[in-house]
Amino acid sequence: MSTVTSSTEPGAMPNVAAGLSGLSRGRSVTNSVMTVVVYAAFLLALVPLAWILWTVLSRGYTLLLDQNWWLTSQRGITPRRVGGGAYHAILGTLVQAAVCALIAVPIAVFTAIYLVEYGRGKLARAVSFMVDILTGIPSIVAALFIYAVWVTTFGLQRVGFAVSLALVMLMIPVVVRSTEEMLKLVPNELREASYALGVPKWKTIARIVIPTALSGIITGVLLGLARVMGETAPLLILGPYSASINTSLVDGPMAALPTMIKDNFGQALQPATDRLWASALTLILLVLLLNGAGRVVARFSAVR
Amino acid sequence: MTSITGHSEADAGPSGDMAATGRVGDRVFSGLATGSGVFVVTLIGLVAAFLLAQAVPSLMDNKAGFLTSREWQVSAGDLRFGIADLLWVTVISSIIAMAIAVPIAIGVALFLTQYAPRRLARPFASLIDLLAAVPSIVYGIWGYFVLRDFVQPVQRFVESALGWFPLFAPLTVSGTIFLASIVLAIMILPIITAISREVFDQTPAAHKEAALALGATRWEMVRTAVLPFGKPGVISASMLGLGRALGETIAVTLLLSVTRGAFSWSAFAGGETFASRIANGSSEFDTPLKTGAYIAAGLVLFLLTFAVNAVARIVIERRKAFSE
Repeated sequence: MSTVTSSTEPGAMPNVAAGLSGLSRGRSVTNSVMTVVVYAAFLLALVPLAWILWTVLSRGYTLLLDQNWWLTSQRGITPRRVGGGAYHAILGTLVQAAVCALIAVPIAVFTAIYLVEYGRGKLARAVSFMVDILTGIPSIVAALFIYAVWVTTFGLQRVGFAVSLALVMLMIPVVVRSTEEMLKLVPNELREASYALGVPKWKTIARIVIPTALSGIITGVLLGLARVMGETAPLLILGPYSASINTSLVDGPMAALPTMIKDNFGQALQPATDRLWASALTLILLVLLLNGAGRVVARFSAVR
Repeated sequence: MTSITGHSEADAGPSGDMAATGRVGDRVFSGLATGSGVFVVTLIGLVAAFLLAQAVPSLMDNKAGFLTSREWQVSAGDLRFGIADLLWVTVISSIIAMAIAVPIAIGVALFLTQYAPRRLARPFASLIDLLAAVPSIVYGIWGYFVLRDFVQPVQRFVESALGWFPLFAPLTVSGTIFLASIVLAIMILPIITAISREVFDQTPAAHKEAALALGATRWEMVRTAVLPFGKPGVISASMLGLGRALGETIAVTLLLSVTRGAFSWSAFAGGETFASRIANGSSEFDTPLKTGAYIAAGLVLFLLTFAVNAVARIVIERRKAFSE
């Protein structure tokens, strides 16, 4: 990236007015070319986004207009038949993600507090390093780990709760990193002012630091949720698909939107293909809704 | 030390610790915080320990060379499995994805921080972030049903022009490594962009103004002030993207055609990555020995991503030591 030009002429733009020599041709051409390249890179990156959203929207929207899509399951519906809905899968995805968040958010927020407010020395470096490693851990490895613990070691079934546990591992680093960034943005003067008034450290964190950073933390949680909802690998390993409604996290297979997509992907018949795109669109809408909510929260509840 | 960019408030000094008294609240709070930190560290240790413990029995029973064999025979009592081709497909697909994604991501990040009109930069950045919000299975089905037909002619063209080169040897299947790489590139693009954007944005205004004051054009300012400042961040971002590509499961599983034929160096062949082999085998996890074979593959994937992330971090830390 950094070899293109080497300027030989001392002239520069603002100096033109002063009667000095202007920008050399080579430098100005390079500048224009790179401007075009940079603009083109951005436009190129938008192509797949528009293409994917358009594909899913145009192929999937018809089924979503039917209220049965939101109210019924796929129970008793073969790939050959039209009908049924995605209620069972939407429910499964929401429940699994909610339980995941209940476990992951406290751990992640406290880890971030440790890193920013308490952490010193070796342990802090180790924690920070491990959060990075956790960020990079492939979802399938997290799923295999939970499988090794849940199924092989404890002999339990593949159920929704095991999926939630795998998702916890994927959500923790997202929330830790975003919370950490937010806590770091809280000005030290606020902490010092609080200490100066004799407020103990924990109360300073709980009452001053966290509320100041709250909107950013919530945004991080929502983005983390959006990420785990779209994860398919843990479901492949730990959450077999079921066409019926199952509200229990600890008993029987529980459907989720990604596995519903996967299930319909295997069928070549038109009704199944329609459901494939419709469930993909449902999943995207859900994820985008969370993303949108995250941004709204970031905008409105910011402490100034 | 906790951030890849900029400085950490926590590094500033011991001022905060003076406020931590022996009060119950303080002890509970710091205990919870430290406990969570220790939990995260232990978690990684547990992952390694559990995967290793369950991979070892299968590895002991393995009659083929684990690192050198291309066989994957795990059903009967006669275990023969190796990861040679998995390693190749995983690495080459991720490297091609990086080669496509990194330059574009740098371009996008520069556009968003240095070129786009200030008012539009944020909405534009949100658009790119949306790419990261699209679930990977959606990338998979889109790649399979839509993109594949567009990539096919490109592959045909490259292969007719450069078919003599092993990487572009003639195509046998429709779900090629190249197709998977393109989809992977799109998937890691927003990750690389987001972090690069963040570091480019933090370029000290003084550096940029100094470059401009010396008569630099906008591009020269970028090249002399923004890019050098952002380099560690871009490397770290690329490594994160690489780690993501190495471990990406469902999109690759849907896209890659499983071939059990002769080994090929070609990017226009099918194959399986670690993740897709595990995903394809997930329905047959019945006996511990059989599962152990897949877990062994998962362990290698874990070590691979661990190494990538660790190397990235070391690069950043060293670079930081020089730049500060």
